[in-house]
Amino acid sequence: MTLAEILASLFPAGHDVVQDRGILLGSGPLKDGGHITVIGVADRTPLGIDDLVRLSGHVLKAVEAGGRDPILVLIDSDSQRMSKRDELLGLNEFLAHLAKCLLLADMQAHHTVGLLYGHSAAGAFIATAMSTRTLVALPGATPVVMDLPSMSKVTKLTIETLQEKAKSTPVFAPGLDNLAQTGAVLAIWDDKRSLADQLQTVLGEAAAGDRRDRLGKERKGRPKAADIAERVRELALHPA
Amino acid sequence: METFSYRQTAGRRSAGTRAQAIVGVVASGNLEVLVERVLPDTECQIDVSTPISGFGKVWEAVVADFVERRSPGGLKLSINDGGARADTVALRLAQAVRLIEEDMK
Amino acid sequence: MTDQKTVTPFQRHTSSWYESSARDRVRLLLDAGSFREFIGPEAREMSPHLDLFDLPKQFDDGIVVGRGMLGGKPLFVAAQEGRFMGGAFGEVHGAKLTGLLRAARDTRPAIPVLILFDTGGVRLQEANAGELSISEIMRALVEARTAGAKVVGLIGGRSGCYGGGGLIAGTCSALAVSEHGRIAVSGPEVIETNRGIEEFDSKDKSLVWRTMGGRNRRLIGGADAFVDDTIEAFRAAALLLIERAPAFDLDMLKAEQARLTERLQRFGDCADAVDIWAREGIADARSVPGLSTEAFTAIADKAREPRYDAR
Repeated sequence: MTLAEILASLFPAGHDVVQDRGILLGSGPLKDGGHITVIGVADRTPLGIDDLVRLSGHVLKAVEAGGRDPILVLIDSDSQRMSKRDELLGLNEFLAHLAKCLLLADMQAHHTVGLLYGHSAAGAFIATAMSTRTLVALPGATPVVMDLPSMSKVTKLTIETLQEKAKSTPVFAPGLDNLAQTGAVLAIWDDKRSLADQLQTVLGEAAAGDRRDRLGKERKGRPKAADIAERVRELALHPA
Repeated sequence: METFSYRQTAGRRSAGTRAQAIVGVVASGNLEVLVERVLPDTECQIDVSTPISGFGKVWEAVVADFVERRSPGGLKLSINDGGARADTVALRLAQAVRLIEEDMK
Repeated sequence: MTDQKTVTPFQRHTSSWYESSARDRVRLLLDAGSFREFIGPEAREMSPHLDLFDLPKQFDDGIVVGRGMLGGKPLFVAAQEGRFMGGAFGEVHGAKLTGLLRAARDTRPAIPVLILFDTGGVRLQEANAGELSISEIMRALVEARTAGAKVVGLIGGRSGCYGGGGLIAGTCSALAVSEHGRIAVSGPEVIETNRGIEEFDSKDKSLVWRTMGGRNRRLIGGADAFVDDTIEAFRAAALLLIERAPAFDLDMLKAEQARLTERLQRFGDCADAVDIWAREGIADARSVPGLSTEAFTAIADKAREPRYDAR
């Protein structure tokens, strides 16, 4: 689906989402009569410091306005922008700041939903879609934590060998199914159905709190994370 | 990965009261040794896990020399090897035993 | 694992943070004999994914987490071992830090958390699990801060603080950094590989240090304290920052938004760190990398007082 088709399906009654230099800002009406704030990245834009303050500013404005409007994060991005200037000026702070704004918003009753409709990678993925409470994806989305050519270079294994190894585990290779299995992506939406309906459904369903490690265990994508985290938490709270 | 386990008789119980200690880190040319006081006084065990294959004989010699010199009775030593040379292995084994034999205070 | 050996002030003053292992940093940093580890090496909770690549595992998966005392007060602490797989985040490694931060979220009254970063980012061989753990850690960290816990990051290890580690650092309440403490998202080699040597020459060590190193981070406001490479210096900074660190709320995030926006406006057109430092009013900006910690701190405090309210 194109971005225009996605927005049309999400907001059949119209919206005021504007795209400017790869960044999406705006809002739209929900089916139940409510309203949802929208931020996003389009056209596989690499996420740099100048873009990040625009996104975080929009989220903060929504939180400051009060109320309980949810926030939708639409993502088709590259990785974080790789440049001397971005790193010189503290890209890590700008990425973390956006993530913190989204996390604060969610804790202050603005349910955050990420919709991965294209690409995303590395730090850009963490600061945007992964910093929402509920991350869903459209079929054909292509999230990449580490691409196989780069992995091949570092591990000195051929891409064929890596592809072979990837058949036995979702833990390292790129792709939507692998990330869903590790628990990062809650659900893959049906692009034949109304996205507005599906959005309304997840807004009603997903409980607060981070359940991704338990999901990863249920789906057999991350065998140990949930148990280790819970054991440490227990030991820390109830020292022997 | 190759794994070896050597169970040997030691002359005497290792000194000290500490239950466990760890030295080293798993990095290229280095290794970690976890030592635990979990065996009967005159026994010792050394478990090795290494990514470098074909050095069983060398490990056996290093371990035999170590048991002979330190008499680590009661100790189980577990090694995660990152591809260390024999002298580094011997050094870490000695450090591990020295650490577990230290007094607590 | 516990360690009850005494620690002398002399040891703290003479031990290099950079040269020390994660375990030694924790042992020497905290009050003597106070550290108690959770899921220590004897539990042998190792990565379940490295066998597939025929790679050696470490008993603690490269991170030490537990509880101890600093200046007579309880806190939680996590320390990454930068020499094991570059201190990278894998499934188990990340989950240990997530669990610790969730405990901080649930502890009343709240107690601080120290994170001793030493990491190249996400572990390649378990990239999806590592990436997801970064996100889980950030969420747990924010929840802990919201519950009143101060989370202070200490950065000065061999592997610096890169990739997802940089994002977690940016989520902390306060940061102390030494000369060696590089903080960035994309590492020098990654930028060079993707954008070419004209964009970033990863072999130019002076460029790497002045762009990503502790001095520039302190001068642009990316870290709150610049410290010597000793355990004692990090200990003093940790005690100070626990006191000064801000709460996590909308006001703090608005202040951070203003702080970052101002940085872009003031320095957005600077081509190099030296240009930024000159614009900060430092007369001989080129001399900054060679200054002693004392002289540098004096200049840095004059150019930019630490704010402690916008992170």
